[in-house]
This record gives sequence, C-alpha cells and structure tokens, in this order.
Amino acid sequence: MELVVLLKQVPDLAEELEIDASGKELARDWLSYVTSEWDEYALEEALQLRELAGGTVTCLALDTGSVDELLATCLARGADRVIKVGSYERAPDSHASASAFAAVLRTVGHDLVLVGVQAIDDLDGQLGPLLAAELGLPHVSVVTHIAVGSDGKTVTANQEYAGGLVAEFEVDLPAVLGVQTSREAPRYAPVSRVRQLMKTATIEALDAPAAPDGGLIVESMSLPTASGHAEMIGGDAATVADRIVAILAERGLTRTGAAS
Amino acid sequence: MRDLPVVKVDGVLELEHAVVDGIDVSGSWNRMFTQRSITDYPTEAMDWVTGLDGGESMRDCYQCGKCVPVCPVDHVGDYGPRKLNVKVLRGSDLLDDPDLWLCTTCGNCYRVCPKEVNPLRIMPAIREQAVLQGKIPDELADTFQKLQRTGNPLGESARKRADWATEAGVPVPLISELGRPVDVLWYVSDYTSYHPRGKDAARAMARVLTALGVDFAILGAEERSDGDSARLAGESGLFEMLAEQNIRTLSKYEFSRLVVMDPHAYNAFKNHYPRLGWEGEVLHYTQFLAPLVDRMVWQSRVELDVTYHDPCYLGRNNGEYDAPRTLLEAIPGIRLVEMPHTRANGYCCGGGGGGMWLDGFVADHVSERLSERRVREAVATVGTDGTGVLSVACPYEPSRFEDAVKSTGNDGRLVVRDIIELIEQAMQPSSS
Repeated sequence: MELVVLLKQVPDLAEELEIDASGKELARDWLSYVTSEWDEYALEEALQLRELAGGTVTCLALDTGSVDELLATCLARGADRVIKVGSYERAPDSHASASAFAAVLRTVGHDLVLVGVQAIDDLDGQLGPLLAAELGLPHVSVVTHIAVGSDGKTVTANQEYAGGLVAEFEVDLPAVLGVQTSREAPRYAPVSRVRQLMKTATIEALDAPAAPDGGLIVESMSLPTASGHAEMIGGDAATVADRIVAILAERGLTRTGAAS
Repeated sequence: MRDLPVVKVDGVLELEHAVVDGIDVSGSWNRMFTQRSITDYPTEAMDWVTGLDGGESMRDCYQCGKCVPVCPVDHVGDYGPRKLNVKVLRGSDLLDDPDLWLCTTCGNCYRVCPKEVNPLRIMPAIREQAVLQGKIPDELADTFQKLQRTGNPLGESARKRADWATEAGVPVPLISELGRPVDVLWYVSDYTSYHPRGKDAARAMARVLTALGVDFAILGAEERSDGDSARLAGESGLFEMLAEQNIRTLSKYEFSRLVVMDPHAYNAFKNHYPRLGWEGEVLHYTQFLAPLVDRMVWQSRVELDVTYHDPCYLGRNNGEYDAPRTLLEAIPGIRLVEMPHTRANGYCCGGGGGGMWLDGFVADHVSERLSERRVREAVATVGTDGTGVLSVACPYEPSRFEDAVKSTGNDGRLVVRDIIELIEQAMQPSSS
C-alpha cells in the first residue's frame, strides 16, 4: 500500500505571537516553526498502517524555504521517501496548497493520502476536501481510526460525533483522509538521527505549477480582547459564602430575589 | 617486584596415591578440564555493549559488588550497577529494562570501582541506542522536544530567558548590547533563568556581582541549555545541536572567563565543549566567588545551622568540594555542619543524567525519591526547629529538595537555599 502524508510547519506557540506593523501578519522575527500537530498524527498513523499492511510511506511538504528539517524528521521517524514541492516565499493558502499537491500526486503513487485535519494557522480544515475534489477521490474528515480492508482495496475510517457517537465509513481506495488523532502518540525523532539524515538523506524536489491563492484574504489581525474577568473571593468560609449569596441575589438567581 | 617465593612447576603427574611432606593428599581428581559454565551464557549482549563507543568498560566488571552499597538508587530500590553487568552477562541488552533509566550518572560507583567500570560513559552509550530505537520514556521524550524547540527543558520562550533580570534591582547588561569585551561572561543556565526559585538565585547573583564591582554581562535570549543532561540521558545529537548553538554565540563575544551557575553546565563547558570546538576558562560561580570573600561586605549575621549538599557534577565528578565551603564559612553567623554522606561520598539528589525529567518513570521503581532520602539526612543533621538550612549550589536542587521537604512532612522545619542566596542575605542590612 502506498501511503502519502502531507505536512506543513506552523508557528511554535512557545513564543508569544505578535502582529507586525502591517496589522495583517504575524511578526516573524522571533517566530520559530514546528510541524503541525495534526500532520504529526497523520504521519504516525501512516507509519502504523505500514507496519500492519506493508507498503511505503512518502511525505510531501510545500517548499517554503525551511522544510528540509521537517522532511529529515519524517525520515528519522521511519518514512521511506520525502519530497518537497514547488517553491514558495511564504505558506500558500489551502486552495493553492491543494492544487500544488494535486499536481504532484498525478505522478507520485498513492493508495491512501493522509492529511492533518486542520492546522492552528488557519483552522479551516479545507486542504483534505479541496485535494480530494481536485483528484476526484473520496474523502473523510476528522478521522480517529483507520483500518485497511482485508482485500487492500478499501479502508474503514471512524469519525467521531458529539455525544459519543462514532460513524464508520467504508472508503474505496485511493482516498484522502483528514486525520484527527493517531492510535499512539507521535514517536520521538532523535536529534542524532535527524542531524545525520540532514547530511546524508536524499530529499527529492518536484515542481508544481503556480496557482493563485483562491481562498481568504486577511484584511486585519488583532489579539482577542479580554471581556470580563473572574472575581477571586477571599476571606474565611463565612465571608466567601456571604459573597456568593450576594452575587446570586444580584443576578436574581435566588428564590427570594434580591437580598434586602 | 615484591620479594616473594617462586614456585616452579615442572610438570603435572597423575598418581594413585600422593604423599607430600608425610601427609597423604590422595583424592579424586578434581582439576577443571572444561571451561566454567559461565561461558555457556550468550556473549552477544556483552559484545554489543562493549562494542559501543563508551560501553567498553562494562566487560571489566568482576562482580566484587563494591558499587552496590554506594549507589544512591540501591538505597531506595533493587537497582545496582553490578546487577546491570549480570543482566548483560545473561543476555540482556538493557534496551527494554527500566534499569537503563534509573542511573543518575552520579559517579559514586565509578569512584570505588577497582576495575574502573564507568557508567558515566556506559549509560549514555546504551541509552543512545534506546533513543534511536524509539525506546524512550514519554516524559523524557517530551523534555527532549522542549530542549529542541526552545533551548530549555521547561519549554519556555527562548526570548524570555532574561526576563528574571527586570526584578534584579541592579542592571544586568546583555553582552550583545555592551559592544565591548567583559571580564566575566555569566552563563545563567536553564533553571536559574526560568524556574521561580532558580530566578531567586539569579537575582541574588546579579546583586552580589554588582556589589563586588565585577565587570560582567549575560547572553540573554541568545543563551541555550548546555545540553549536558540530555547527553547523559542518551541524546548526543541534541547535546551537539545545543552545544553548537552556544559555541556559535560564545565565539561572537570577547570575555576573560565564563562563570556558570549550573554544575552540569560546568561539566559540559569544561569537559565536553572542547571536543566540539570551544575552549576557555570556565568557573562554577562558587569557584569564582570563593577567592573574593575578603571583598564581601557583610551587613548582617545569618544565625543558622547550615549543611551543604555536594552536587555530583561539581563535587565527585569534577573535584570541587572546597569553594562552596569557603563561601559558607565566610558568612557571619553560619554554623556549617556536614551530613554523613558528604564530599566524595555525597548522596545524589536524583536529578542528574536525565533523572530531572524522569521523576514519574523512576517513581515506579523506587521506594522514595533520592531527594527525599537526602532531605531526611539533612533534617537529621541540622534539626527540625526551623533554623536548619540545606544549602545547595546547583539550580536543579531548590525545586527538587523543596518538593521533598513537603513530601516528607518537613514543611516549615527545613529551609533550602542556594549558597548565593545566603551570601546575598548576609550582604544586605538585617531586615529585623
């Protein structure tokens, strides 16, 4: 089974985010980048599926200038082949990403394409659906479990709903799945191995036709404004109890109404 | 050569009856003609361990067992260095054995070993193989990732590494902004920069350096973890990555000497950075300050019974026992009392060799934390009336020992202080 995983980097939230002078972008001076958490789940799931069903794992990332380490990390975790796609000054939106990935997937073999269901930098969750539409493949989002059918021509994919409901889909391959979580925590990639692979590994590069951004245009960016705050009630138990009673009364939540 | 009688064997005779000096020593033939059964054990595991760079001395163990009673982990569990050798002899490569992660690389076994079997080299070598195979406790992997991403084991923002300085009460210059050479480049270290109790020590150090008129500066946000504990926990690649970042930074600036707060950093800069291309004078802060005690102006007395915990990577593994004691003895009022386990036989706090980041894992294999055992010893030495102090000189320890003071029910009965905090206290006017 040919498994393909699509990955990207997002800002590391270890640093506090700031907005730059244009008001439309994050200030990049202090930004560091990490692999998107959901993409790591997708890769872990692909590696687990390969252990169960055999095959290969190929990782693709759009070349935004700093993806060599990301792809070497994929190899360190156990991927068979890594490819950087196109060349971009900054990360394109989901529409442009989907058409670039679709273009290279016409030449890269794939039975199952796994993407992180979303990423913290856009939260739109559109890459999977857009890619599936471009390639004319079936697609399921928010997948929490994947099992390969005994004939190797289908997978079953679980999708979770509110209230503890789980839907089970049978999907014909090839297909695109948006991964919400992996069966095990993403494995640790030893720096020793990543560093060695950075020197010795082959990172392939494939061109992708430039596609215009077709999605959202950011007009302004702002930090969420705090509205309201918690009141910390101090003092002994009786004082705290009195204050709670007073608050409930103020809001008309006591049976006798406002305290007199 | 000593003058010993020489016994010359000319040949071996086989006799039905033998009489030597009038005594009949006849008996059944009992010479061993075949190899002892010990070599029936598979040798692959031992060959594999001793084939690793650093694992060579494992084979030299002759099972005398001197290492076991001095091992701090043995005191609280079943672990012992000799037992590792037996496991390997019997075919285990230790990769799936919890014992692999219990050693704190404190070095006390190596101190007494007649064969110089050295876990400070063996453990990192085997652990590295475990890390490469993904056999690594989750909490340790989590810390490795934080070190990788942020350059400190707490996962805090690299940018905020010098935020403690705003409350130091004295200017703490950044060497990048100074634009000139300094006498002392002060490497603040991880826990001193980020942990609330570590920051107390950092601020005290800044005030003491200022009071002494030392020409100093720090690296600030450019500083990264020294990486030594990651190295000892088996992530040599992570160590090298951090060391290369620090060396690139250090090479940008001119300074006479590097003064560090953390004995693990001291060990790294002194013993391991040279092979990666940085060489220079490095001093633990106690070594830097000890010759300056005559210049310290004491303004108050610190009437306390103080005992001192030797950090493994300042004391036993780097031979510095006197500088911290010189400082403590210079502080007016302090009565220094030694614990039974002291100096070269100091008891480990449990934080070294990655232990700092394995507390949860280790807890499943020991009866109590090493830090708890050590706190009990301190309490027995300096009493419980609230005037007893456990003094330390390693930023791993305030948090470890203060947690242990609480968990052993000694809250309010024993105080933990970095030596620099005690110095600074005595250099301030008495608050009472």
